[in-house]
This record gives sequence, structure tokens and C-alpha cells, in this order.
Amino acid sequence: MTTTPPPVPALVTGGVGDDDAGTQSSRRGLGLDQRAAKAKKRLTSPWASLLAAVIAILWTIPTFGLLITSIRPQSDINRTGWWTFFTNPTVTGANYQEAMFGSQTNLAVYFVNSIVITLPSVVIPITLALLAAYAFAWIEFKGRNVLFVAVFALQVVPIQVTLIPLLTQYVTWGLAGSFWTVWLSHSIFALPLAIFLLHNFMKDIPPSLIEAARVDGAGHVKIFFQVLLPLLVPAIASFAIFQFLWVWNDLLVALTFAGGTRNVAPLTVRVAELSGTRGADWHLLSAGAFISMIVPVVVFLALQRYFVRGLLAGSVKG
Amino acid sequence: MDYISRYLAWLGDGIRDWLLNADDTGHKFALMLVAIILFVVVMGAVLLAVDRPKRVPRWLVTVGFVGPALLMLTFGLVYPGLRTLWASLFDRRGQNFIGLDNYILAFTQSEFQIVLRNTALWVIVVPIAATLIGLVYAVLVDRTRFERVAKTLVFLPMAISMVGASIIWKFVYDYRAVLRNSEGDLIAQQIGLINQLLVWAGLEPQQFLLNTPFNTFFLIAVMVWIQAGFAMTVLSAAIKAIPDDIVEAATLDGLSGAKMFRYITIPSVRPALVVVVTTIAMGTLKVFDIVRTMTGGNFQTSVVANEFYRQSFVQQNAGLGAALAVILFVLVIPLVIYNIRQLRISEEIR
Repeated sequence: MTTTPPPVPALVTGGVGDDDAGTQSSRRGLGLDQRAAKAKKRLTSPWASLLAAVIAILWTIPTFGLLITSIRPQSDINRTGWWTFFTNPTVTGANYQEAMFGSQTNLAVYFVNSIVITLPSVVIPITLALLAAYAFAWIEFKGRNVLFVAVFALQVVPIQVTLIPLLTQYVTWGLAGSFWTVWLSHSIFALPLAIFLLHNFMKDIPPSLIEAARVDGAGHVKIFFQVLLPLLVPAIASFAIFQFLWVWNDLLVALTFAGGTRNVAPLTVRVAELSGTRGADWHLLSAGAFISMIVPVVVFLALQRYFVRGLLAGSVKG
Repeated sequence: MDYISRYLAWLGDGIRDWLLNADDTGHKFALMLVAIILFVVVMGAVLLAVDRPKRVPRWLVTVGFVGPALLMLTFGLVYPGLRTLWASLFDRRGQNFIGLDNYILAFTQSEFQIVLRNTALWVIVVPIAATLIGLVYAVLVDRTRFERVAKTLVFLPMAISMVGASIIWKFVYDYRAVLRNSEGDLIAQQIGLINQLLVWAGLEPQQFLLNTPFNTFFLIAVMVWIQAGFAMTVLSAAIKAIPDDIVEAATLDGLSGAKMFRYITIPSVRPALVVVVTTIAMGTLKVFDIVRTMTGGNFQTSVVANEFYRQSFVQQNAGLGAALAVILFVLVIPLVIYNIRQLRISEEIR
């Protein structure tokens, strides 16, 4: 299965996360001065700079506007636009207070649900995928290639196709509406991509390392834990972050399996519901949206490098 | 004896209840830990059992490694997929076989034709617009002093949920009824940015999410806003991979600005462009969160993925819901094949 190319990462040598052009250029043996000279040349076009600035502003203003709104008093929000904030700045934390703990919204409960849903949904598929990927990469067995192609192909199955039969099964088992169904579903949906990616990384490890361990009498389990696992940490981190955000931001799976129950439903479900039932309460919606976004944004800013890699790799996920 | 068995039954029910109904924070976290520990213990037992190279046959080791994953995939993807395929040939309750009637309905009824038309619009407009913006932006900020910050700003929408993005944009599109006093001045101020801009420009505010057929485009804009960051990042990497000697040779030949973009940049990143377009198209095909959060699929904005949800869980029409899911699957396949073929070609070139 080495003929099947990996998805996008093959094309990605760097990304938003790469520290600076300096490390890259030195890797290619190019002087920094040369690059700097070029950069200056490009910047001389004022139209280019203007266009870049316009795009950057268009991409930032909507979020910024809602952020400002979330810290304005409710009466101000309903009377005037957020841009008037700068002439009349009144700041309040009441919206967050009410969105988080008010009896109508109670997002604190859903925040806990989001965390409880997400962590096992990351740990379980990664562990299973690591083991499977190891077998596909380093254990010879009959039908290995056929099985691996099948797993690869499963990546593109839209999860919509599986939802109703799965839900029916969970109801039969009496598990419906519990955390278990959400954990299990997210784990299953993550597996094809996880196996595929981790397999690619494992294949890149020099066979001599594994041979050496084998000669020393190590079994597969020992090789897996002592030789491969330490080398795979960056790959695991990338996928873990991708999966974390996928689960945290997911709406469809949560809506299907956790439904509207206060005990299980995550933030996305609750915020989407608020948008339907209390669409005019912008003081709650704006604060609620940011409560649901704070974790992904912090993860993104803190772990940009891994994040971008993982996100690009997982972009085809169903 | 009777007493003990009753006690055990009571204990079993208690454990069951504890595992299924977590209703306060401490309980939820405890349940989460139990789930993870349970999983680790089971996996540890499996690995321990197969970690005896001499005594255990090799096929058993293999099963220990791939078995759990394959079991879950079969249970959770393959089998349900086949069930759905089968269910799409039955009526709304899944009792009577009706052949391809669900598919015929999905393609012929006017209500669903709007859904299909919208889906086509999404799949055509989002990839092209997002890729174009991403490409232009990547070229513009490439190797400038503020490259990193500039890219972070555009990439950030990729990190947040589509529900969050929908709320952000719903606020941008917000509309307040136009009320005028006796002098003809507006009484109520617009709080949505775009409508305020219209008012400042002397135009009438619009109900962006209600007025067909343009409301679909305002939803599409949200997806473009999200996906442009993805396009930018992939294409930026491709641009940086263009060999310097090519760029220098072109510069010596007098190429610059738009011409450089047209004759050097675009042909050089063509494989990446194709991958970006098809990848975004695949994601867009399955878009559900945006439509559901912003309009609920009303006002003729529904798409296949949203209609699937509505038919399956709101209208309780299992057969039609299944058929829509299958349609979604079938539509993805050509994109995937094209994507893989392009990747192959780009691999060969390298």
C-alpha cells in the first residue's frame, strides 16, 4: 500500500505554524538577506498591500464585532450597533455570567459535557488506531493490503450514512442518550483517518530500527511501546489536536446521539438551539458563542504548528 | 438464596444506572475516568495476552493489534452503511419495499429540486471562491514582515465550530424592521454591520437570510469565510516550494506582479490547487451546521445534508432520509477519485 499517496500533508511542507521563513531558508541553504530583499520588492505595490489588508479585515471584523457585543450591556446591544462602543465604552461581564450560569441557558453544564465527551473520544480512537496502524505497517499477514485499502476507502463514507442504523442499535442495547454512545460513535468515525495517517508515519520509520529490536528478542508489543511510540509523538499530537477540535466542534453526531438532553449534550448543540429559540437575545448568543469557541481558539493559538498539520491532514474526514 | 440474587439484581441496576445516567459534574467526570480506565484495562489485557512471541501463534498477535479497530469499523461504518443502502429502498416506516421511489422523489419533487440546486450552488461556489481568495491572499502576504499574523487571522475561522461561525455571521446579517418618524428619519438603528453599511450608503436594509434566492449566497459566504484559511495554508506551502531559480529566471525575463502570478505561480501550484478545490468541495457537500444554525433550512436554503437530518429525525421518513444519505455518498465518490488521481500525478512529478 505504499502506492496510495497520503492526503494533503504530502503537499504541505510548512504552514501557518512554521516559526519563520528563516528556518526554512537556512534549511534550503539560502541567505536571509536575499529573501528579505525579495520581500521588500513585493511590498512596493500599494494595491497588493491594500488588497491583503482588505481581506484580513473582512476575515476579522465579524468575529471582532461579536466579541465587542458580548461585553456590552444588554440594553446597549439592542439599541445601538457594536461600532458605537468606541464612542461610548461600557463594559460588562453580565452576559457571560448569565450565559454560563443563568437558569435559561446554563452553558456551564454543557461546557462540562463537552469536556467529558471530548477526552475519551480522543484517547480511544488514537490508541486503537496506533495498534492497527502498527499491524498494517510492521506485521506480515494475509490480506493485509486489501484490508488496508478498505480502511483507507472508509475515510470518505459520510457519517450521515451510518447514523440511523447506529442509533437503532444503541436504542436496542438501552444505551441511547448516554455518554457511551457519543464516545463510541466518535471513536468509530475517527478510526479510518487515524489508522491511515499513523500508518504513513510508521512506515517512515527506518526498518533497521525495528529489525535491531527484533534481533534483541523483542516481541511486537515491546517494539511498539519502546521503539515506535517515542518516535511517533509529533504525529500523535497532530492527530490528537485535530480529533479534539473535530469532536469539540461537532454538531451532527452530538445532535443525533446526545439529543437535547441536558445531561449529555455538548456546547455546540446548546448554542445552536439557543440560536433557534432565542435568536434575538444577542447578549446571550454572543457570550454563548465565545464560551463555545474559547477552547478551540486557545488550543489553536498555543499549538499552531501541530494544529495546522493535523487539520490539513484530516480535511477529507467524513 | 433469593435474598442474595435480589441483592445482586439491585446492585446490577445500581451500577447500570450509575453508568448510564450521569447528572452532575462530579459524576460525569468520574464516569469519563471510568470509561478511559476501562478501555486501558481491556486493551492492556489484550496486549498482555499476545505478548508471548514463543507461545502465541502469530495470527493471534495480529488479531490483537488490528482486531479491535476492525471490529469497530465493521460495526459502526460498514454494517450501518449497508443497512442504510437497504433502508433507502423502503417506505417511511421501513416496512414496504418500494424500489427506487425514494430516489425518484428526491430528484423530481420541486421541493427537493431546490435542495439539489442549493447543494450544487454550494459545491460550485464555495471551493472556487475560497480557493481564489486563499491563493491571492497567500501570494500577497508571502514573505512579508507580517506574514505570520496575517495568516493566523485568516486561518482562525478554521479552528472554531461552524455553529460559532454561523452565529458570528447571523449577527453581521442582523436586520431590524425599518421604522420612520414623521420626518422620514429612521427610528430603530440597525445592529447588524452590513445593514448599517447599507443605511450609511443611503440604501434600504435587507433581510439577508429571508429573501430568496440570494439568502443561499449569504450562507455560502460563511463557508467561504471558514474554508479560505485552509486553501491559503495549503497553497502558501505550495508557493514556498516553488524553486527559487525559476522565480529568479522569470524575474530576469522581466516578469513581475500579475504576470508572475499568471505564468509562474499558478502553473507551479496547479496540483495543490486541484487538491484544495476537491477537498473543500467534499467538505462543502456535507455541510449541515451552517444551514441548520442560520435558517434551519427554511426560506428555500436547505441542502442535502440538512434535508437528510430533517427527513430522518424530524419528518421521521426513514426511507427518504436513507436515500438522501446515499445520494450524499454517491456525490462524494467522483470527487474522491479525482482527488486521489491528482495526488498520484503530483507524487509522480516529484
